Amino acid sequence: MQGLEVRGLSKRFGGLVVSEDIDFDLPPGARKALIGPNGAGKSTFANLVTGILAPTGGSIRFDGQDIAALDEAERVKHGIAKTFQITTLFSGLTVRENLRLPVLERQGQGGRLFRRADSDPKIEAEVEALLAQFDLLALADRPVVDLAYGQQRLVEMALTLALKPRVLILDEPAAGVPSSETHLIIEAIERLPEDLAVLVIEHDMDLVFRVARSIVVLVQGRILTEGTPEEIARNAQVRELYLGGAHG
Amino acid sequence: MTGRLLSIFLILAAGAAAYLLFPYNLAFLTRILIMIVLVLSLDLILGLAGIATLGQAAMYGAGAYAAGLFAIHVWADPVAGLLAGAVAGALLAAVSGAVLMRTQGLTLIMLTIAVAQICAEIANRARGVTGGADGLRGIRPGKVLGLWEFDFIGITGYWYAFAVMLLVFLALAIIARSPFGLSLRGIHESPERMVAIGVSVYRRRLAAYTMGGAIAGIAGALSAQITQLVSLESFSFTLSAEALIMLILGGTGRLYGAILGTVIFMAVHHVAAANDPFNWLFVIGALVLVVVFFLPRGLVALPVSLKRLAKGGRHAGT
Repeated sequence: MQGLEVRGLSKRFGGLVVSEDIDFDLPPGARKALIGPNGAGKSTFANLVTGILAPTGGSIRFDGQDIAALDEAERVKHGIAKTFQITTLFSGLTVRENLRLPVLERQGQGGRLFRRADSDPKIEAEVEALLAQFDLLALADRPVVDLAYGQQRLVEMALTLALKPRVLILDEPAAGVPSSETHLIIEAIERLPEDLAVLVIEHDMDLVFRVARSIVVLVQGRILTEGTPEEIARNAQVRELYLGGAHG
Repeated sequence: MTGRLLSIFLILAAGAAAYLLFPYNLAFLTRILIMIVLVLSLDLILGLAGIATLGQAAMYGAGAYAAGLFAIHVWADPVAGLLAGAVAGALLAAVSGAVLMRTQGLTLIMLTIAVAQICAEIANRARGVTGGADGLRGIRPGKVLGLWEFDFIGITGYWYAFAVMLLVFLALAIIARSPFGLSLRGIHESPERMVAIGVSVYRRRLAAYTMGGAIAGIAGALSAQITQLVSLESFSFTLSAEALIMLILGGTGRLYGAILGTVIFMAVHHVAAANDPFNWLFVIGALVLVVVFFLPRGLVALPVSLKRLAKGGRHAGT
């Protein structure tokens, strides 16, 4: 099968079960959201898929190939990339340099010594296209540390997208962003390539219902239910467990 | 490109001016040039890649002994000796780095000190090869490029060291702007992110550490050929620490900082030690304090800071 296919995935830390028997599919072009109360194991799930954590059991396949044994960097090369929940950028470098780095690495040019980093027109064109896609052209030569937080989150997404992933996991893309800037994030997600498989982990329900075509609810490491936004909004169990709590 | 030509011209002019102004201090000026090469190597691994080390003398010493032994037993050609020093420095950095680059922070600093201490102890024990505490003597380097003999005034030594320093500076200037250099800055800023974009941070750091080792080895080789003596001091903690202070004085991450910091440290040391042989360290200490407090980015940032101060003053006045 095409895309990501997770079966029976589990993770224990000693006696503590944080993921249990998770079945999960993410075909090309998917727009899924993963929601659940704090401590439900959302980030753990993302870390298992991207290889930051090793699972205790179960299988992870990508385009039919078993990728469970690959480490984080190798999975990136296979096309699975994740944004950071806490913005993790090269803060002293300019926005343009931040984007140039992943493009260079993806093209296998990151180790080259005797040419300028900005001398390859193909790579520069790609960097410019990313800057344009995320509305960052005006800020391109500013150090990232000078940017507003919402803009830094955009750089975070652009940096990850520069890896040309086929599966993109957005780990709380709007976390810490003031509500006046959330629309920037939503618009950026809406402009992502059609065939990209996207998984959003998010607390902001407004964002989730705007971008997701399907929502997975995770509770105590298990999948409670999966459905369209309408189904999830109507689901009494979810309302009680999660939305009810969130909206008082 | 014009910027690079200008910087070459400036360095050449400074080298010629120093040569003309202090014709009786060529040995001291040459010492400065050799230290600049060592501090440049530190700027690559610490300033650019953010690898903390207090043991750069290990590679310097390895290069010095390798070049000395090479000149005595194999071939007296100075340029071949430089290569021998570079290979020795690179090898030591690659072998020790294979373990060291898996660590960071305090652990890494302690291990770099340990490597230099082990090297010093080996050189001390292997008297038959290295001369032990008496030092390695009898180094008689041949003519540079078969043309210039090392003279006792030190003219050849000065220009030889100057040429090597300039070449190292230019090579590092190119590397700093290359994709590799950018990736080192990326690792310095955020190793986690570098892993997330699919880079083996360990391998990149090891490559940088090995290159830095080769350059430190070249510095050691220069010292062996020009002073015609290698002592156990080549591996000393003091040398590593002083190189670090010079880099911090000048400003890390910018190659001019390595040159400026070394020149100022050595000049202040020279003058202060001549005036007061017992308390000269006080002057260096005060200088470092002032720079760290008021110019955290080093002396290379002084023009920018002054400009800002002048602007601030004008605003305050109006």
